[in-house]
Amino acid sequence: MTERRTPPLEPSLLIEMYRRMLTIRFFEEAVFEVYRRGWMPGLAHLSDGQEATPVGVCMALRPDDTITSTHRGHGHIIAKGGQVEPMMAEVMGKVTGYCRGKGGEMHIADVSLGILGANGIVGGGLGIAAGSAFTAKREGKGRVSVAFFGDGAANQGLWYETANIAVLWKLPLIYVCENNQYTEFTHWKKLTAGEGLAVRARAMGMPGIEVDGNDVVAVYQAARELVERARRGEGPATLVCHTIRYGGHHVGDPGTAYRTKEEMEEWRKKDPIERCERLLLETGILSPQAIEATRNEIYERVQKAVEQARQDPFPPVEEVYEHVYA
Amino acid sequence: MSTRELTFAQAIREALDEELARDERIVLFGEDIGAWGGVFRTTEGLYEKYGPDRVIDTPLSEEGYVGMAVGIAMTGMHPVPEIMFGDFITLAMDQIVNQAAKMRYMTGGQVAVPITIRATMGGGRSSGAQHSQSWHAWFAHVPGLKVVVPSTPYDAKGLLKTALRDPNPVVFFEDKVMYHKIKGPVPEEEYLIPFGVADIKREGKDVTIIALSRMVHTALAAAERLAQEGISAEVVDPRTLTPLDEETLVQSVCKTGGAVIVDEGYTRFGITAELAAVIAKGAFDYLDAPIERVGAFDVPIPFSPPLEFATIPDEERIVQAVYRILEGRRPQ
Ligand SMILES: Cc1ncc(C[n+]2csc(CCOP(=O)(O)OP(=O)(O)O)c2C)c(N)n1
Ligand SMILES: [Mg+2]
Repeated sequence: MTERRTPPLEPSLLIEMYRRMLTIRFFEEAVFEVYRRGWMPGLAHLSDGQEATPVGVCMALRPDDTITSTHRGHGHIIAKGGQVEPMMAEVMGKVTGYCRGKGGEMHIADVSLGILGANGIVGGGLGIAAGSAFTAKREGKGRVSVAFFGDGAANQGLWYETANIAVLWKLPLIYVCENNQYTEFTHWKKLTAGEGLAVRARAMGMPGIEVDGNDVVAVYQAARELVERARRGEGPATLVCHTIRYGGHHVGDPGTAYRTKEEMEEWRKKDPIERCERLLLETGILSPQAIEATRNEIYERVQKAVEQARQDPFPPVEEVYEHVYA
Repeated sequence: MSTRELTFAQAIREALDEELARDERIVLFGEDIGAWGGVFRTTEGLYEKYGPDRVIDTPLSEEGYVGMAVGIAMTGMHPVPEIMFGDFITLAMDQIVNQAAKMRYMTGGQVAVPITIRATMGGGRSSGAQHSQSWHAWFAHVPGLKVVVPSTPYDAKGLLKTALRDPNPVVFFEDKVMYHKIKGPVPEEEYLIPFGVADIKREGKDVTIIALSRMVHTALAAAERLAQEGISAEVVDPRTLTPLDEETLVQSVCKTGGAVIVDEGYTRFGITAELAAVIAKGAFDYLDAPIERVGAFDVPIPFSPPLEFATIPDEERIVQAVYRILEGRRPQ
């Protein structure tokens, strides 16, 4: 009889991580299909391959903690508790979407879940995240703020301005840099001086930690430590998660011109969902049948969301002037 | 109602003081606004009174602290970032235009973004091309923002108090030349001035001069000179650009038959152009002459006084514009 691995975390937590990662994967695959079939307007920026980072981080958060998301944000929304039905409707520009069709694929947000917008301006949400951390500190209830952003955004001035202030004022802010190796079509090393953001964070006077962003347990453990530290009032931190997006920069880009097959094959071996599945099986938390059932259940739910969203109405044109002012 | 004379700066300071006392969600941010009291003294004494948690000195990071203000507003407070010289607002442009102005719309109404951005404007101090500009028109071009351009201590106080209770991002422009030079009556009692209500600063019947911010005083001086020549000019101050009280402007021009529009911002594609379009549409049948626009010359604001004073609208240019209108007036 083979020895069972000891679970590194609570089984229920691992199952929830697995479910959220699967939801992201199936959601992104469905959006690609929706785009391919012409069921959505515009383009979409998908995050399949990167699931472990948002899920590992968000599972370390409380419901009242806030996040800011990016143009590649579907994973953040699902990880923070977003529902696929209003997300898919938003992707299609329907009135039943989270933002009544006014936000779109790039700006899905459910503010009641602590999602303070998804930004199309690369790095543009860093101020909002720092502002939320300011309010959190003022409230004194141990709430924290997380800023998700990419390796490209890490070179925007706003990071440096807010990092200076966050260290100075000891704000409960966690910068989570999802280094998916590419800023659009260029490798991050061609655009980044020195060793990257973790080192820069340390130079600013805050912890700068790097993790395998495809290992949901490692991301969770690192995030939890930094989050707890921030809750205790010890100030901001930066967590750099190394990962890859499987698809192109957006759905119109096959992502093959600037990345080699070998490179992608190496990353596929580190697939975050397969690794989590293996962990669940080897620890005996889930049986192969339970894995199969979970996959089917989530897949079906996403497919239903697509069908429903297709039938949902577009917003009436009269709504165009609504929500400009409060 | 008892009143006293306050400077423009004192009126601003008093509005901040009263609102800080009324609403603890209000927090001021800016460079040297705390212990130092602000380079224009508009926050004098507030740091001592409300403490370093309410009147906060920031690093020189306009994008950073204006961006933070967006997140602070989205999480339930009312931040008031100050831009020392309005010229520096360019550094915070993304946060104002792409974040503050559209967060509500992009989320389908899920959030409000109550921020009051205080910025200065105005030249005439030989401060050079990067400390003298008036950029209010840019913000009036952006849906989702409100824009306030007060001209008197009374208006400044009443409108700033309204801004500090508004659930939307408001860009509030204070002409720095007025801070200590312009004095006026301000009631002891509390009052608010609603947005979107223009004020007739002087009644007249021959021509309408629409002016805002410090240019109201220049227009009033021009009107006084014209009065001595028997020309009766009405001076109308829109006070807020967004929302805009089109009706009062149009009605005045329907009454007088002529319009001179004065603004310290640039002429091309500026406030004067937009207001001229409003008048042309609303008062077309009543216009006896083409609308006149008086704005800053379309050049970087020069340093040397003769050049700078030529650039910024003055009494003489307004008077000449009125003469052109009266000359061009068609026979009744
Ligand atoms: C301020 C700004 N500059 C450029 C762009 C165009 N753009 C969109 S995504 C992107 C790359 C962002 O890279 P990264 O931050 O690494 O995020 P990723 O796309 O890899 O998730 C660029 C250049 C933009 N949206 N905003
Ligand atoms: Mg990237």
